[in-house]
Parts: sequence; C-alpha cells; structure tokens
Amino acid sequence: MTTSTDHDSATLWRDGRPVYDRGETVCVIGAGPSGLVAIKNLKEYGFGVDCYERETGVGGAWNWRHDRSPVYASTHLISSKPFTQYPDFPMPDDWPDYPHHGQVLAYLERYADHFDLRPHIWFGTEVVKVEPADGLRWDVTTKSTGGYGAERTHRYTAVVVANGHNWSPNLPSYEGLDDFKGKVIHSSAYKDPAELRGKRVLVVGGGNTGCDIAVEAAQHASRCWHSTRRGYWYAPKYVLGRPADQVNDGILALRLPLWLRQWLLHLTLRLTVGDLRRFGMRKPDHKVFETHPIINSQLVYHVGHGGIAPVPDIARFRRHSVELSDGSEVEPDVVVVATGYRPRFEFLAPDALAADAEGRPRLHLHAFSRRHPTLAVAGLLESDSGLFTLVHWQTVAIARWLRLHEAAPQRAGQFWTARVAKEPDRRWVGAKVKDTQRHWFEVAHVDYLRALQKLIDGLAGAKA
Amino acid sequence: MKVIRFQDWARPVPPVRREVRSATPEVDEGKTPLLFVPGFGHGAWAFAEFWLEHAAGRGFPAHAVSPRGHGGSGDSPGATLRAYSHDVVQAAASLPRQAVLVGHGAGALVVERALARYPARAAVLAAPVLGGWATFANALRRNPAGTLPAVFGGRLRMRPRQLFSREVPQAVAREYAGRLGRASARAQWQLLLHRAPEPAVGDPPVLVVGSPDDRIVPASALTRAARRYGGAPLLFPGMGHDMMLDARWREPIDAILDWLDKSGS
Ligand SMILES: Cc1cc2nc3c(=O)[nH]c(=O)nc-3n(C[C@H](O)[C@H](O)[C@H](O)COP(=O)(O)OP(=O)(O)OC[C@H]3O[C@@H](n4cnc5c(N)ncnc54)[C@H](O)[C@@H]3O)c2cc1C
Repeated sequence: MTTSTDHDSATLWRDGRPVYDRGETVCVIGAGPSGLVAIKNLKEYGFGVDCYERETGVGGAWNWRHDRSPVYASTHLISSKPFTQYPDFPMPDDWPDYPHHGQVLAYLERYADHFDLRPHIWFGTEVVKVEPADGLRWDVTTKSTGGYGAERTHRYTAVVVANGHNWSPNLPSYEGLDDFKGKVIHSSAYKDPAELRGKRVLVVGGGNTGCDIAVEAAQHASRCWHSTRRGYWYAPKYVLGRPADQVNDGILALRLPLWLRQWLLHLTLRLTVGDLRRFGMRKPDHKVFETHPIINSQLVYHVGHGGIAPVPDIARFRRHSVELSDGSEVEPDVVVVATGYRPRFEFLAPDALAADAEGRPRLHLHAFSRRHPTLAVAGLLESDSGLFTLVHWQTVAIARWLRLHEAAPQRAGQFWTARVAKEPDRRWVGAKVKDTQRHWFEVAHVDYLRALQKLIDGLAGAKA
Repeated sequence: MKVIRFQDWARPVPPVRREVRSATPEVDEGKTPLLFVPGFGHGAWAFAEFWLEHAAGRGFPAHAVSPRGHGGSGDSPGATLRAYSHDVVQAAASLPRQAVLVGHGAGALVVERALARYPARAAVLAAPVLGGWATFANALRRNPAGTLPAVFGGRLRMRPRQLFSREVPQAVAREYAGRLGRASARAQWQLLLHRAPEPAVGDPPVLVVGSPDDRIVPASALTRAARRYGGAPLLFPGMGHDMMLDARWREPIDAILDWLDKSGS
C-alpha cells in the first residue's frame, strides 16, 4: 500500500487541511472477522482496499490481547463449525465441533495470511471521523492509537464500517449501586475463573455470556446466584448425538411451518432438558425462536447440583447486599453484570445511518445506508447461528453493489431507488422476536440469507 | 452463487485421515502453492513420482492430496464426489497461501466442485474426465471388460496401454497400473449422473491440458471442457492419459508452470 507522507502531494483540501486522494480505493474500518472478510471480498471483486485497525493485530473480539476483547479464558463458540466458518474457507476437520476462542483467532490469522490481507491493513490506526465529501465519496480521518503524530485525512470511493458491536458495555443503572461495597464488573472485563475463586458471586443476565459465567462460578466460587429477568429456553449443545444447530437446520431444510418447528423443539427440550420449574427457574414467557437462543449444556446440570441458584431480577443495591424483585436479599462479594453491549459509531454523524434517538441504526438488510449509496456496515447482526457466514454474504453483496455502482451508475440508481431506499424495515426473523435492545439486530439465519441471495442475484442481473 | 447450503450445514462431511505429499522449494520465492488432485484410483503418489519435485525445483511449493479411500488416506467406502471435493478444499485451506488447484482425470471433476467452495488462485484441468454418458460409451467401447463391472458397483479397471504411451516400457506401465486402487461405487455412479457444478467462486482463470492421443478422454471432450472456461486446450500429442507418469511428463508440467508464471500467480 502506498500513501503520500508529504503535504505537498495533497491535491484536495478540507477546512484548510490536506486530504489525500485514494482514488477508487474502498476504506474498511476494523480488522475483526467482519473487516477481514470485507477486505477479502472487495479484493476479489477487483477493488483496492485500505483497512484501518486500532489494535495491533487482526481478530477483533477474538483476539484476547486486545483492550476491548470481550472473550474470557474459557470462551468456546456457541455455534458449531459449519455455521461459524466463512463458507469458502473451512475450519480444519480435526478441530472440535465448538472450537475454543484461541482456535478462532488462529483461524482468522490464517485467513488473513491465506488471502494476503495484511498488506491492506494499517494497524494501530483509529478512525476518528468519516464525512461525506464531494458527491458520493468519503473523507476518512485517522490518528494513531498511541496518540502520536497528527491526524490524517484520506478520500475514498466508499466506506465499509466493520467496527463490531460487542465492545462497548451496556450497563443498566441500579438504585444504590454507587454505595455498594462489593466488586461490580461488566462481563467484558471478566477474563478468568480465578477472579471468582472462593467468592460469593452474583451473575446478572440470562444471555449466553451470563450463562457461561454462571457455570464457571458454579465450579469455582463458594456460591453463585444467577439473576435473570425472565425464563429462557436452554438448548443443549448436543441433541440426538449431534450438534444442536445442525439438527435444527436439518429440520429447517424440510421447510416446515414455524409453529410445527416450535412444537418439535419444545418437545425435544421437554424430553431432554425437562421442565425447569422443578429447579425454581421460571417458565419462559415466550416460545423458542422469540429470543436470542441460549446454547448451554451445563447450566441446568449445575442448577441441578445446587451450584447455581436461579434468582429473579435485581430491585436495588444496598451497602453490603443486593435486594431482588421478590423481596429476598443476597450478599455477594462480586457481581458480574452480563448485560450485553451497545453499538457505537462515534466517527459517523447519526444521520448517515438514519439512527433513531436511542442510537439504533436503520439500515437496509442491517447493512446498507439508505442515505448514502457508498456507505455500508458489515457484521451488525445477532443471529441464531454463527456470524462469519452471514457477513461473508453481506460483503459479497456490498462488493457487487459497489461494482454495479461504478460500472453502471444509471442502472445502479434505479436499483437503489427501487430496492434499497424505499424498502420498508424488515426484521428477517421467523418468529415474533422480542422488541428489546438485545434484539435490535436479531436475524434468523435462513430468512436473512434468503434475502441476501435475492439481493446478490438481483445485482448480477442488473446489466450495465 | 448458492447462499443457502443446508447440506453443508446440517450434514457436514465426516472427517477422515488425509494423505498430503509435498515438495517445497529451498528458498521461498513467494510463489503460489500448487495442489494436485489425482483421479479415480490414483493417489498422491502419482504426482510424487515426478511433478511435485519438478514444480518445487521451479520455485512452486507443490502438494498432492489423496482423496479419501485413495492412496494413503483413510478408508471411506461410501464416499461421494462431495466428500472428495471436501478433502480437496480442506487441503487447500490448510496451505499458507491461496492455492492453484490441478486436477487430473476424474480429479478434474472433483476440482470443478472444489472451485465452487474455495476461491482458488487458478485451476488446471489435466486430461479431465468430466463424466456423462459419452465418457462412459467411449470407455465401454475401448475396454468393455474393465468398464462393465463398474456399472454394477464393481471396480473400474484400466489397461496399462489406456493410461500410457508406448514410450513407457511395458514393465513400468504394468507396475503403475498395479498401484491403482478404486473410487467408491457411489462416486463412480456419480461420474455418470451428476449435476453440473456450481460456478467457481472468485472467477479464477482455468487452463485445460490434454493429449489428442489420450485413450480415455477424446480430443472433442478436451475442446468442450476448455470452451466452458473460454479457452482452447493445450495439447501434447503422443502422450497417454496419465501425463504425470508418462515418458515425456516434463512437457505438460512445464507448460502449466509457464502459464502460471505468465499470469502472475
Ligand atoms: C463472549 C462472546 C461470545 C461470542 N460467541 C460467538 C459465537 O459463538 N459465534 C459467533 O459467530 N459469534 C460470536 N460472538 C459475536 C462476535 O462479536 C463475532 O463473532 C465477531 O467477533 C464480530 O466481528 P466484527 O468484526 O463485526 O467485530 P469485532 O470482532 O468487534 O471487530 C471489530 C474491529 O474493529 C476495530 N475498530 C473498532 N472501532 C474502530 C475505529 N474507530 N478505528 C479503527 N478500528 C476500529 C476493533 O479494534 C476490532 O478489531 C461472540 C461475542 C462475544 C462477546
């Protein structure tokens, strides 16, 4: 990659500052799983690509050395291999069904080397501003993560944002939290079960992370309470001797109606996991597929052994205890809050992503800006399966779209008006998913991929 | 481009021990790795004889994989074409850089399928046996006794003279033919009756090489295969079907490497 280092070479200016023209190059923000696949597919479609990554390595969330990595020592995939890997770069046959986070990082590093992506990535460089420039292009301002050197601005033909949405902790506010004398940490800061050893631990949150940490606490802490707001469906990692998601897709392939699939799954769970009310857990107030799936074979086991005590929502914190919504009180030394993350796009004006007051972006297919044809977001999804496959096809669609946009602007314009700008918000979920912040980006992988298939095919048919 | 892949998701191909034989250049010149894929009955050994070392000598890291049930790979009686191409994609993805796939004989059909799953840098189809009834009729006419049992799930037997030119001494030809194993009955049937492969991902350049004197693949089949990829076949008269083991094995591999050098791979 070449860039100019000397101000004299700048031919463009913005607010009296030089702007270096990168011509037809596309800018990708972030070198996590989504950014890497974006670089690879844009390259495959013939684009020049510059990627900026604030950390010093690839892998994003899966690189535990990164400041903001949310993974903990024991994190394993919750989606099995065939769903997690990129469709054109399989994980090795001799890896387990659910690889460890270290293997996922090794996989991403090999992907970057195999497709020669590293020469495109500026490491240790953070994007601080992305602004529309003349017409359809973008001015991207970066600075070194270490803080040395001046900010620099480059002009790009398009921008693909792949900055991830699992790094900025979502911390609910609780009455009395400030006075609480115990230790409170967000799950993103939790790294190792040694932190829980011999302590009384309260884990908050019924998501996959909350359940994983509760299981660790059951094995290492002196006590563990697990506080959830509602009852959930806990699917084991294996059913009928095979990874549960593979069995589920075998059923999906039959194209049975949703109610029948829900009935089948309720039956399977009743026969395997059983009725959780006997453990004092709440009955789910919704059907399966209506909340993000929880995949955990061990939670119920440890509840059954008394290692985890299920408790309701937190009412308020006191100095030395926590009061729960049923009026009972527990006295934890450590509270781990596994209440998820919020998406953040500080370098972009909220208007560019049509974000609402709460900060929820409104994008076509959760990927295409409706305001700017040359701005897209990759990886802003929560799926009932692995993410990498979905982002692969997202970025194929983005690359194809940008190709068409460049080769046949008029045809692209028509396509845009008909298919992207006007298309109403769809949810791409089979069931009636809960409308909470947790589910802003929830998609059912098959419904979502069918929609992407249509888009990809439509873009191929769109002749110059 | 097929986005929904229930079969791959719900029924992944079961793993099996895989033989990969390699020859790598003394100094890494950054050239694209090659992955050779043998046809039915052959194993990685067929390339280890001459082509691997020769390619490595010209700076290309060279590897050959035996699909399951072939050569030194694990046994797999019910293997399908999908399982064979899975083995190829697994071997390709394990290489440090994006690879060129070189398929010989029915290995070319396996490579075509692998190309729909893995974005190869380029592909070479050498004496490709892409299946269908015409191939079958041709084989039946030339070697009825060796072909007919395959229809009933038996072994497909090639005569040494079908595979090699007269320049290969009789004893050597017989020795090679004696090393041949067999593809699974299912894969043999699939060779006759299979759906056209999905388009290759990443749109790689494809070269077809072969011999007009091949007694398994007629020249017309070579032309047809090359046309599918918008080119003409590169022909080596006087060679038998097993070009990598024939007396003049050096000519086709040099031509393939020249083509790769020229296309900047
Ligand atoms: C505990 C946990 C378990 C998970 N388990 C699974 C699972 O089993 N299967 C699955 O598919 N997914 C799982 N996920 C989801 C996970 O987030 C995704 O797999 C994936 O990491 C998302 O990739 P991404 O590239 O979109 O984001 P990230 O991995 O977050 O990468 C974003 C990258 O962008 C960089 N960046 C951000 N802002 C800037 C900026 N302004 N300038 C420059 N660089 C920037 C970051 O440094 C980072 O490297 C899990 C997540 C968590 C938290």
